[in-house]
Formats: sequence, structure tokens, C-alpha cells
Amino acid sequence: MDASVDRIARPWGSRTPYGRHEPWPVRVDTYLEEGVEPGSVQRWVQAASILHSDGDAMDIAVVDGRMAGVRGRADDRVNHGRLGPKDLFGWQANASPDRLTRPLVRRDGHLTGCDWATAMDRIVARSRELLEKRGPGAIGFYTTGQLFLEEYYTLALLARAGIGTPHLDGNTRLCTATASEALKESFGCDGQPGSYDDLDHADAIALFGHNIAETQPVQWMRVLDRLGGPDPPRLVCVDPRPTRVARTAAVHLAPRLGTNVALLNALLHEIIRTDRVDHAYIAAHTVGYEELVSRVKECTPEWAAAICDVPAARIGEAAEVLGTADRLLSTVLQGVYQSHQATAAAVQVNNLHLIRGMLGRPGAGVLQMNGQPTAQNTRECGADGNLPGFRNWQNDSHVADLARVWNVDPRTIPHYAPPTHAMQMFRYAEQGSIRMLWINGTNPAVSLPDLSRVRSILSQDRLFVIVQDLFLTETAQLADVVLPAATWGEKTGTFTNADRTVHLSDKAVEPPGEAKPDLDIFLDYAARMDFRDKDGGPLVTWHDPESAFEAWKRCSAGRPCDYTGLTYDRLRGRSGIQWPCTEQTPEGTERLYTDTIDWAHPDVCESYGKDLVTGAADDAVEYRSLNPDGKAMIKAASYLPPHETPDAAYPFQLTTGRTLYHFHTRTKTARAPQLNAAAPEVWVEVSAADAAALGLDEGDLVEVTTPRGALRGRLRTTGIRPGLLFVPFHYGYWDTEAGHGPGDGTPARAANETTITDWDPVSKQPLFKTAAAALRLVERGNGRSAPAPTTTASAPFRAGAVPSTTGGTSALAGQAGDTDGEEGEGNKEDEDGREDREDRGKGQVEGDSE
Amino acid sequence: MNGIALVLRALHHGENRLAEQLTAVAGRHRAEHEVHHVALDLAGWSREHAQRLADAARRQGLDLDDAPGELSSGMLPALQEKATGAADRRPEPGLLLLRDLRELHLGATENSLHWEMLAQAAQAARDDELPAVVSACHPRTLRQMRWTNTLVKNLSPQILTSL
Repeated sequence: MDASVDRIARPWGSRTPYGRHEPWPVRVDTYLEEGVEPGSVQRWVQAASILHSDGDAMDIAVVDGRMAGVRGRADDRVNHGRLGPKDLFGWQANASPDRLTRPLVRRDGHLTGCDWATAMDRIVARSRELLEKRGPGAIGFYTTGQLFLEEYYTLALLARAGIGTPHLDGNTRLCTATASEALKESFGCDGQPGSYDDLDHADAIALFGHNIAETQPVQWMRVLDRLGGPDPPRLVCVDPRPTRVARTAAVHLAPRLGTNVALLNALLHEIIRTDRVDHAYIAAHTVGYEELVSRVKECTPEWAAAICDVPAARIGEAAEVLGTADRLLSTVLQGVYQSHQATAAAVQVNNLHLIRGMLGRPGAGVLQMNGQPTAQNTRECGADGNLPGFRNWQNDSHVADLARVWNVDPRTIPHYAPPTHAMQMFRYAEQGSIRMLWINGTNPAVSLPDLSRVRSILSQDRLFVIVQDLFLTETAQLADVVLPAATWGEKTGTFTNADRTVHLSDKAVEPPGEAKPDLDIFLDYAARMDFRDKDGGPLVTWHDPESAFEAWKRCSAGRPCDYTGLTYDRLRGRSGIQWPCTEQTPEGTERLYTDTIDWAHPDVCESYGKDLVTGAADDAVEYRSLNPDGKAMIKAASYLPPHETPDAAYPFQLTTGRTLYHFHTRTKTARAPQLNAAAPEVWVEVSAADAAALGLDEGDLVEVTTPRGALRGRLRTTGIRPGLLFVPFHYGYWDTEAGHGPGDGTPARAANETTITDWDPVSKQPLFKTAAAALRLVERGNGRSAPAPTTTASAPFRAGAVPSTTGGTSALAGQAGDTDGEEGEGNKEDEDGREDREDRGKGQVEGDSE
Repeated sequence: MNGIALVLRALHHGENRLAEQLTAVAGRHRAEHEVHHVALDLAGWSREHAQRLADAARRQGLDLDDAPGELSSGMLPALQEKATGAADRRPEPGLLLLRDLRELHLGATENSLHWEMLAQAAQAARDDELPAVVSACHPRTLRQMRWTNTLVKNLSPQILTSL
């Protein structure tokens, strides 16, 4: 049936129920701007979504040389035609009138327009001066998870072998570093073990700190469709907020922040105690099991209950689901990655699958998720603190192999220490040893923790800051040179989603003004710097996206992320393909580790591993003695209390996170009217019990304070765990009077004014979900409500207490396919959600009184 | 005093001292956030080691708690104040950091050697209790050494080439 659905009010659209082991039915979602009929679309240009990591395949509608809408690709393995709200509406930001259309340079303290030659000359002059006077360690690059593969690979080459600096990392450090590190710790190498198709086959799905309904809404549609069909899976959800996932789950655990390792150790304790362990798998494929057994021996549910503030019986119920599943799929995201003991906790999820033998079969898998659309490419291309192709910086033969691919002396590639992570780069800039920082496609003046510190680092006179972006972001306003970049739909390239699916994204329209693709900017810089290989030839031997892709294939050959079986032609006009894809496996590889643990051998592994508490690096000798045959490594970890805990002055725990309708610092989503209207301003979530105790009400203007700083927002009372506050991290200052930070007439509203500078010592991922905070009333709401969506984890505690989030006629999107009319037409889904919510609310009140 | 008592006393002193050093380094290098936080975590290990040694010694009729550490904790706050603040923006604290990490590493190494002596002596004396204490604690001392070594390795290139 064809229908139009308000995809702001009903973000996941209508249901297409299906049974276990059946293919997920197709449902094609379309949104065209008002006045454009399908018949008037002149071209449909293939792309994939760029506002989250799901990799939803879509076509861009082009009318008279401009974008006019999008449509899901029915034949793609990832989304089967579906699109999420950000996919449907986010593209409109491309045509914003405030796009950067020419370079800017700082003159007499002000950013003023100039031509490309002027801007690039200034960058090249500073680069040469620093190289001569201070050496390559004075130059750093801070990139993103939103460029294309070809751009990261070019950047990695020019930074690591052209400049020769160890300082290249991505904002993927904030989103996916722990996923990468956890995979290296357990499997010796990065590489997503599972596949989205595991959602079709699993009989139990465990989501650890993963609000999939808002971060990968299309895969949540798949889960909802499974739940509506025969033989549905049981869900276990670990999340302190009442997310849609939590309300739908068979077992919901809402632990105290920073206690994930304690909870996971108790779950492992129960699995081992009840001997729901695959001893044959452990013997054949792993090392380290005995150490895990002894480490979790004392970690009973009762022990964890006291630490996590979760009922021991509930932990037992969760262990029962995990332990009795016949095909278990686990997914992990920021609730683990951005929380205390991040890698240690993510590794325990891997351990759960290793001891249960739940890997490499349909429905039995792990998805260590990504946040950003192209974060996987930042990782594999070596733009994020790894070497390209998952090569091991501690292994001289890997470095020599990379030097061969690049035709440079191995000494050119810094490998005396690990590539510098982003937080350390900002520290070096603060100390003055990094003097030039090239930031592209990211907005650290809003997204890094402790913003007053970050602003002061970026504002230093001695630090030359280059910002390459679409808009004059908060960070760009502090730059010395601003370069206008083209974006998705305005350039061609490939990118890879969280389940290793590679998509081609073609150019649909011209970029505005003089804006250029990031690839062209990097190629121009390499040419102006005259980077050479060891024979005197040009270091960068490619000139456009396709030739860059071909070069990357040579770098990836024989590595886990092998792209050699892919071409632009093979990716055009059909579904995306999962790497590794070689001549022998031309249709790609659905799951890793189906037979053996392929990439953990000492000679091939990407990392020799780290201490899960201290982050201290192991060396080749230690690795070889621990794991001579290259098996999966079961690494145990003890619980450590978080570094900042509530006290009398700061009695709450504070966590930050995203909402369904926005991406990062809203540079695109706030410029898409439907998305912006759904969540136009920052808010603060508090539990009903805490609001009542403090005499606060929905809509009150409150201030959240931590030892770093404060922010103001309106209060939303929800079913969040008592003692916990939540603030969305999307809101900065570019759309306020002050511009780049709080100022006269602009109160602080960025969540990161309050967050702590602390990171996981293993993955170096900042901990945005561990802070102590105070809450106070600024001004009564007098009947106002918080500008928070009602459709998501931010739903009000009392259903109907505030107006529902809707998009109206401007948010109507088409749905074509075998959707369930009954559920599609009515509000059944919402009503179900409300009932669940009220039940849970009652439970929490009872829990409090005990 | 027998040899085991000698080693217990030296090790108890060494673990207490390392805990104090780690706490002092955490205070001195607040702007080095990873050093700050992990040093405090690892100070907890050393305090726990000292406690376990004192408990074990008490059962052997030896009171270790009357042996104070050498570093006067009264001096620490002043040291911390001096090194934080304005100096966060200067390169010299990098050198101070490398020196502090070196001292921590040497302190942990000394403790490690004492754990080794204790393990050997306990075996020779057929002591039933001490080997368990050693096997619980000594691996963490080795991890303290690896941590300081890793930090020295990772931080030295930038600090020493940018002076």
C-alpha cells in the first residue's frame, strides 16, 4: 500500500512484520519537497545517508540542477528502502543560504573573504615555516567521521608521509574509538564481526548503552518488524534512560553511571555459574578463559546490585535471556563507549559472545557500533590514530609494507610511538608544541568536553587554526583560515557503514560558490607543498575520487578491510557490498570469524593489546607468549569506581547524548526545518521523583552546574533513573547572538560546558557520561513545556502532559510496500508505548520506597 | 628481625611511598588529564597493597603501621599549587612530567624487586599465607611499571623535540 506518514510524529513509520529467518520486507520511503511530483524529478542520483552510521542507501532527486528530495533504495541490503527522519529531511541543509562560498582569512582580527590562492598560500607558508623551525611534530590534523574514504586516505598519506607527523586523528575518537579498541583487544584487529542481517535471525538481542531507536532508526524499524512477526526476539536493554528500546525490552536494566563493568561481570558470573558456556568453542578459539572465571567469581548479582543500583533479580533475568539464547546478537554504543571503563566494558560484551560461542553464524554476532556515517573509513584509512589498512604501528614489517605501498622510506612514517589521539593533540596545542591545527568537518568548540578550555586553546595567537567546513561553525569563528567545503551530494566518493557495507555516493548537484570537495582541497595542498616519494615522484599519485579509490584498494590488499574486489562500477546501481571483498569473494563477506579468528596471529594483528585499566601497551613478545596461535583473547577486567561521583555540592550524575532528530552540533539538522522544529532548543531531563523532591516542574528554566561550568535549559520530567540528569549535546552558539560561545545576552547552552576532561586510558575516548552536577531553578515555566521531543527517550513521564511532537503536512513522507495498514494508520504504537511507560513509572516509584 | 620481616617492612614502606608519589604526581599534573586520573587509580592499588602487607605482617606478630613513609604529606599541597595554573600553558611542565614518570617507574621497580624477594623467601620458609598476597599484588606492581614506561615512551618524542 502507499501512504503518507508524518515522519516527525511517527519517526519509524508503519510496520512490515516478518518472521524469524525470513527476509525483511521492502518499504520504500520517499520525501519530495512541496510542489515536486515524482514525475517531475529529472534524475535520481545514488547515495547513502550521511547523518548517522547506518548506511541507509538512498537516491537524491534532482530538479533543474538542485536537490528536491530523497528516496530509499529498495534493493539495498541495509535498509530495504527505508529512510529515517534525518535521511528524509536533512538534505535540505545543503541549500542553506549561509553556506560558506569562498575562503576566509583573518586580517586585523576579522575573517574576511579571499580567493583560494590567498588562503592556500597562507597555509603553505605557515606549514613550511613550522617544518623548518620546529619540525613535523608542530603540525596536527583533526578530521572527522563524515568525509569519504578517498579523502581520509589522501589525508592520511599527506599527514603521515608528506608532513611526517604523528598528529592525525578524527572526531571518531569521540564516537567509535572504543569500538575499534575493543575489537583489537578481543580479536587482535579491528573489523565488525557481525552483520545487520543478524537482526533477522537472532532470538535474543542485547543492546548495551545503545539507543538504536534514535541512533540507527532504520535498524530499529527492523527490530520492531521482527517484534510484530512470528517468533519474535527477546530484548535486553541496558540504559539509564527510558528509551523506546527500554520500553520495548523484555528486561531493562538502568544502572548507575560508570558501573558497566560491574554489571557485565555479574552477567558473566551468572552465565559461568549456570554453565551456559560453549566449552568446545572456548577450547578451539580462545585464550584467557580461566582468568575470566577467577576474576568474576565473586561478582554475584547481589554484589553488582549494590554497585549498579539495579535489582539483583533483574540482573538474573537478563543473564537468563543471554544464557538461554540460541542465537544471541549484542550491540554496543555510547552508553558504554563514552562511559567510565569504556574499553573494559565493551570487551566484556565480546567475552559474553566468546564464552557462549555466539559468533560467525546467522543471528549470533556482535555489533560494536559506530556513531558517524563514515567513521569506519576514518579507522581503516588510518586517519584516526591507526595506520592505514589496520596495520600495526609496533610491527616493523607492517610499517615497511605501508612504506612500500607509498614508495617512501619507512622512517618517514612516524611509528616510534602510537599515532597521537585527539585529546592529546589538544593538550599539545595547549602546551604550545603543536602550532598549526587543521580541523576539517568537525566542530570541537561544541563537541569536545570542557568547552571553556577548548575555546581558550583554539583562541591562542600562537596556534594557527585552519577550519574546513560547510558553515561558519563555532570553531570556524575562531580560525585563522576558513576553507569552504563541498558535502554529500556535491561530490563523489565511497563510505562504509557500521556493518562493513560499502556504498558509493555520487555527485548530484554542484557545490555552492567556490566551495570544493575535501579531496580537491587536500590534493591542492599536497601539490603546493610539493610532497615527493623516495624516488622524487609526486607522493600523491591520484587526481580524483575514482583514482583515489583504486589507490586505496592497493593499500587494503591482503588486509582485513580488503577492497580489491570492489570498483565504482560494481557499486553503482545495486546494493552496497560488505568488505572484505576480493576476487575470491566478489559479493563481499557477511560475517567475520565464521571458521577461525583470522586476524589475531602475532604476525598479522593490528595491535598487541593494552592493559584494560592503565592503557599500558603490551609488546610483541608479550603478545606472542599470551596468544601464539592467534586465537580470540578473553580479557577480564575488574570494576573501578568512576573518577567523579556525586557529593553534597553536586548531588546528581550527569550524562549527555543525542536525540533522534539531530546530528552532532546541528550544523545540518538545525537547517532542516522539520528536524529543527522537533527539537529546537536545549533541555534538561530529570526523573519525576527528583523533580518532585526539588519542587520543580516541566518547563521550568533550570541551571545545571558542574566543577567545569554551567548551562541553562528547560526541564523535562521523564522516567529517567532517579539521581541522573540528561542534557542533549547538540546545542552550541552559531544560531545565537554571541556566535561561538556564551556571552552577553547568550546564556550557556552547550552540554560540554559542564563535561569533564577525562578519557578511557585504553581507547582514549572522552567520557561524556560521567560527571557530578547540581541542579537549580532559574525561573518558573508557568505552563511552558520543555522543547524536547515526546516521541523518544525524552517522552514526558506523564503521557499527554505536554503537546505531542508532530511535523504536520511538511513532514509527510511517502511509504510504499507491504505495510501493515492497521498499525500504519492508527496510533497503536504510541499508545502501546504510553502503557509501558506508565507501568515502568509505577515500578520505579515502588522501587524508591523500598 | 628475620629476613621476611625485613622485606615486609621495606615493601610496606615502598608501597606507601609509591601511593604518596602517585597522588602527588596526580596533583602536580592536573592538566595532563590521563596521568592525573590513572595515577589516582593506581595509588589505590598501592594503598591496598600496603594494607594487605600490614595485615599479613600482623598475623606474623609484626606491626608495620608504625613505620611512616619518607615523604611528608604536608608538603604535597604546596607542590601541587606551584605546578598547576599558569604553568599549564608552558612546555617546561613536560620535562617535569617526564622526570616524575621516571621516579614513579623506579619506585614501582623497587617494589617489584621486593615482591620478588618476598615470594622467594616465603617459598623457602614454606609460608602458607604470603605467596597468596604476592600473587595478588605483584602483577599490579608490574602493571604500574608498564604504565609509566608506556607514558614515557609515548610522551617523550613530542616533549623532548619541542623544547
